[in-house]
Amino acid sequence: MTNTRRSPWLIVLAIVVILALAAWAVSYVLNRSGDASAQMSQAITPELIQQGEYLARAGDCVACHTGLGGKPFAGGLGIKSPIGTIYSTNITPDASTGIGGWTYGEFERAVRRGIGHDGSALYPAMPFPSYAKVSNADTEALYAYFTKAVAPVQQANKANDIPWPLSIRWPLAYWRTLFAPAPENTEATRQASTDARIERGAYLVQGLGHCGSCHTPRALTMQERGLDETTPAYLTGAELNGWAVPALRGAKHWSEDELVAYLASGRNSTAAVGGEMKDVVANSTSHMTDQDLHAIAAYLQSLPADRPPVYQYQAERSDATAKQLTAATDLNLGQRLYLDNCGACHFVTGQGAPRVFPRLDGASVVNAEKPAGLIHLILAGAQTPSTAQSPSVLPMPGFAGRMSDSEVAELATFVRNGWSNNAPAVSADQVRDARAALNKQRVGEVALGANNAQ
Amino acid sequence: MANITNDEVDVVVVGLGWAGSLMSIELAQAGLKVRALERGEDRNKADSAYPKPADEYAYGVRNKIMVTPRDGALTVRHNLNDTALPTRQWGAFVPGTGVGGSGLHWTGVLIRPTPTDIKLKTYADQAYKPGQLGEGMQVQDFPFTWEEIEPYMDRFDKICGLSGNTGNLQGRILEGGDPFEGPRSSPFPLPALEDTLNTSMFAEAARKLGYHPFPNPSANVSRAWTNPYGNQIAPCNYCGYCSKYPCLNFSKASPQTAVLDSLKRMENFSYRTHANVLRVDLHPDGKTARGVTYADAQGNEVFQPAKIVVLAAFQFVNVRLMLLSKIGPAYDPVSGTGTVGRNYAFLSNGATTLFFKDKNFNPFATAGATGQMFNDVSPGNFDGPALGIIGGAKIHSSQSTGTPISTSLPAGTAGWGQGWKDGMVDWYGHSMKIGITTSCMSYRGHYLDLDPTYKDPWGLPLLRITFDWKQNELKLQQYLRKIVLNITQELGPDSYSEGYLGLDAHWDITKYVSTHNVGGAVMGDSPKTSALNRYLQSWDVHNVFVPGGNAFPQNFQANPTSMIGSLTLWAAQAIKDQYLKNPGPLVSV
Repeated sequence: MTNTRRSPWLIVLAIVVILALAAWAVSYVLNRSGDASAQMSQAITPELIQQGEYLARAGDCVACHTGLGGKPFAGGLGIKSPIGTIYSTNITPDASTGIGGWTYGEFERAVRRGIGHDGSALYPAMPFPSYAKVSNADTEALYAYFTKAVAPVQQANKANDIPWPLSIRWPLAYWRTLFAPAPENTEATRQASTDARIERGAYLVQGLGHCGSCHTPRALTMQERGLDETTPAYLTGAELNGWAVPALRGAKHWSEDELVAYLASGRNSTAAVGGEMKDVVANSTSHMTDQDLHAIAAYLQSLPADRPPVYQYQAERSDATAKQLTAATDLNLGQRLYLDNCGACHFVTGQGAPRVFPRLDGASVVNAEKPAGLIHLILAGAQTPSTAQSPSVLPMPGFAGRMSDSEVAELATFVRNGWSNNAPAVSADQVRDARAALNKQRVGEVALGANNAQ
Repeated sequence: MANITNDEVDVVVVGLGWAGSLMSIELAQAGLKVRALERGEDRNKADSAYPKPADEYAYGVRNKIMVTPRDGALTVRHNLNDTALPTRQWGAFVPGTGVGGSGLHWTGVLIRPTPTDIKLKTYADQAYKPGQLGEGMQVQDFPFTWEEIEPYMDRFDKICGLSGNTGNLQGRILEGGDPFEGPRSSPFPLPALEDTLNTSMFAEAARKLGYHPFPNPSANVSRAWTNPYGNQIAPCNYCGYCSKYPCLNFSKASPQTAVLDSLKRMENFSYRTHANVLRVDLHPDGKTARGVTYADAQGNEVFQPAKIVVLAAFQFVNVRLMLLSKIGPAYDPVSGTGTVGRNYAFLSNGATTLFFKDKNFNPFATAGATGQMFNDVSPGNFDGPALGIIGGAKIHSSQSTGTPISTSLPAGTAGWGQGWKDGMVDWYGHSMKIGITTSCMSYRGHYLDLDPTYKDPWGLPLLRITFDWKQNELKLQQYLRKIVLNITQELGPDSYSEGYLGLDAHWDITKYVSTHNVGGAVMGDSPKTSALNRYLQSWDVHNVFVPGGNAFPQNFQANPTSMIGSLTLWAAQAIKDQYLKNPGPLVSV
C-alpha cells in the first residue's frame, strides 16, 4: 500500500517553487519591454554628438559613472543603498568592459527602462524612472555621444556588495513594472503648458535632471512619491545622508535669476551650494545654457508650495540679534562662539556677503527641522565649486577640531534661533552622532537613500 | 638624481606670484600653452582658512610664508671697497616664496606713481640746475607715457578691487581723493575702507596744516568684488592680519584670490612647485633662449623647453637668473658700462609714535591698508629744487595691525618680562603712528652682481647688493621729519618717540622697512642704460621677458605693486599683439 497522503509542507513548498518559477518566468516577460535590436532613426553627426554631450551633462551621468579619481564614465563609484553597496558601471565605449558593443536598443533599454545589456533588471540607483521621460531624439543623441565621442576605458565592472538573497535581481522587474513608467506612456503625462519655458523646464527637471531622486520623498518601497507635479509630494524635500534636502516647490523666496545663478555658479546673493548638490552644480548645471537654467527656474517657480514656509523675516528679531552681538555683553555660550568663529565672515547681522559668504538669517540649511546638515557644515566646513561663471573656490573651514560636541550644539542652537531663524534646538548627542558619521564616512562611496523613506 | 626633459611649451613662466600669474593667465587666454615654475610650495585658500593665519609669532616673527635664508640669501655691502656678507636672517626686507609669492603676504596698499614719477629724468632736467643733484645719481624715465600705461593700471585696479576715493577722474579733481594723482580713466572700483580713530585725527590735523589727505588706496577690499577674470574677493572684516600674512578672509587681492582659480581651470596652463630654476638656457648664438633648467624636489635637473621665457620671480631672482644665464651684459660700476645689475634701489621709512593716555585706538580692528596719507611732498608738488633734494614721500598715519608683539611702547619701557607686560597693560591701544615712506634715487655705485665668495645649495653664486644711503635721501628724511613733527604738535600727544635716519646714517639691513626692492634689470629707451626695452623684453635675448620691480629705474614714493601689475599686463599685451605675430626685438635700436 502506498501512502497517497502527501505532506502539506511539501505541497506548500511545491506551490512556492512553482509560483517562484512562474514569477521568475513572468519577470522575463516583463524584461521584454522595449526592443534590444532597435536602431537609430538618424545618422550620427558631429552636431548630434555635441547635443548628446550637453544632455549627458544635463543628466549628470559623470557623477555616478566615474569612480573617485577614476577616468570619466569608467564606473566603479560605490553607491550605498539600504541593501548594500552598488557599484556604477563602465559606460565608455570599450568593447570588452564598457558599452562598445551595445545596439541603440540596448542602450535605450538601460537608460529609459532599467533593463541591462543581458536582460537583467537594473537597480533603481540608475534613475531610469526619471529618464523614461527623455525623448527618443535626446536618447539617440546620448547614444551618439557615448558610443562615438567618449574615450574608451578598459575597466571591468565591480561586483555589487549586496548579500544573497537581496542580490537576486529578477524581483526588481516587478518593482520596475509597478513604479517606473514606460517611455511610451510618458508623453501623455508631459506637462502641457502655455509657457514653452515651463514645458522645457519640466522636461529637464523630471527627465534628465532627475531632481526628484533627492528632492522627492520616497515610499517604504523606495520609489519616489511622484515623478511629476501632478503628485502633491513631488519635490517636497527629503533627506539624504541625514541632510534635509530642501523642497523645490514654492521656491518663491529666490527670484528666477537667483535660482539660475545658484545652478550656474553654486552661489547667489544669499547662498552657497553645499553637500551633494555641490557636485551637481560642478558637473551638471554649471554646464547648462542660460536658457535651460531659466526654464528650470521658471518651472520650479510655477510649483505651489505644499506648506507655509518655516522662516519668516521679522525685522525686529533680526535687528535685536545684530544689536546684541554688536554690544557683545551678556552673551550666552552660543552667541560668544558665533562671534569668535563665525562672525568674521557671516557678520553680526548674519547677512554674510553677496556671492561670497552665505546669509545665515533665513538659510534653509539653518532652518531645516533636522539639524544634520548644519552640524555637518560646522564640523567639516564646505567650499564652493569652481565653475566657468564663478571660478573662485571659497572654502569655509571645519570647526571639528576647535569645538566640543556641546559647544557645537550651543552654537547651532543660537544660529537656528538668532535673527529671524526658527528651528528646534540642537543637542550635544546630535552633534556626537554627526561627528561619528563624519569620521566613518568612507572615501569613494556616496550614500543614496539610506534614510530616505518617509 | 636624473636629467629629465619636459614636453615643450609655448611659454615658461618662472615664479607664480603677481607677475607670473598675470602673465600666465593673459597668455593662456590667448591660447598659448603656458607652464609656470615656482620654487616654493603650493598654497591655496584653504591653507589660510580662518583662523590659521592669526598667529603673529609664526607669520609675523618667524616668517612662516617667507623664503628661508637658506633658499633665498643674498650678500650685502655698503660700497665697492667692502666685503659683502650673507643675510643669515631677514631684516630690512623679507622676500616671499611659494605660489602667490609676495602677492600673498603684501599689505595691500595699491597706489599708483604720479605722471611725474614715471618721467623723473625729464622732470629733474627741467627743474634742477646741472650739477645740483648729488654726484652719481642716474635717474631715468620709464619708457612709456602716462596715457600708454594708464589703461593697464586701470585694469589692475579692477583685478584687485581697489578700494578708496578717486582724486582725479579724467582730469577732474574730486573731493576726498588725492589731487596729485594722475588722471584715471575710471573711478576707484570700490569705496574706501572705514576710517579708524588715528586716521581721522591725522587727516583732520593734516588738512588744517594745508595738506591733502585721502584714504590709503587699498586692495583689502571694502565690499564683495568680482574681478574681470570672474574671481571673487570677499569684503574685509578688519582682522588686522595682512602684512606678512595670507588673508584668512579672501579679502586681500592676491594671485590666490584674484587670478589663480580662473587660471587653474585652463587646460593649456600647468604649474610645478618646488621647481627651482637654475638658469635660462640659450641657443648657441646667444640671441634666443631655448628654455630653462630647474631643480625639482627630488634633486633632478629638469630641462623645460619653451618658445618664450618669462622671468616673473622676485626682483632679486630675476636679476640673478639674467646674470647666471648671461642674458645681457653685466653692469660694471667702475666703467659705468653694462646693464644687468644697474640701478638697484631700496627705500627708507621713518615714523613718529604718539602716545595718548586717554584715547583708545582699538588697533586690533583694522585692515593692513587702513590709513590716511597725503602726497603733497612728491616730485613737482613741493619745492624740492630750492631744498636741493629730489624725490618725495607718502606721509601717512596707518594702522596696519594690532598684533601685540609689534606694538610700540613708550621709550624706556622694558623689551621683555614683567616690565614689558606692565607697559602693554598701560599702553596697548593708546598710541598711533605717523610715518613716511620715501622715494629712493638710483646711483652709479648702487647695483647688483654675483658674489665672488658665497654660493647657494646648488653651488651657484649668491646675488650681491651694493647699497648705502646718499645725502639726497637722508636730507629728504630730515625734511619730512619736520613736517611730521608739525602734525604731531597739532595733535598734542602726552608723549612721542621718533625714528628717522640721521645725516650720517648707513643702510641697516637688520631693521624692517618693507620689501620694495627695485631695479637691477631696468626698462628704458637705450640698451646702454637699460637691460629691458619698453615691453620688458631683453634687449639681448628677444624671447626673454622680465616683468617685476626689477624694471623700475628708481624707486618712487608709491608702493610698487600697482606698477608691477600694470607693467606685466602691458608686456603681456605686447607679446600677444606684436611678438607672436613677428617674434624678434619689439624695439629696434
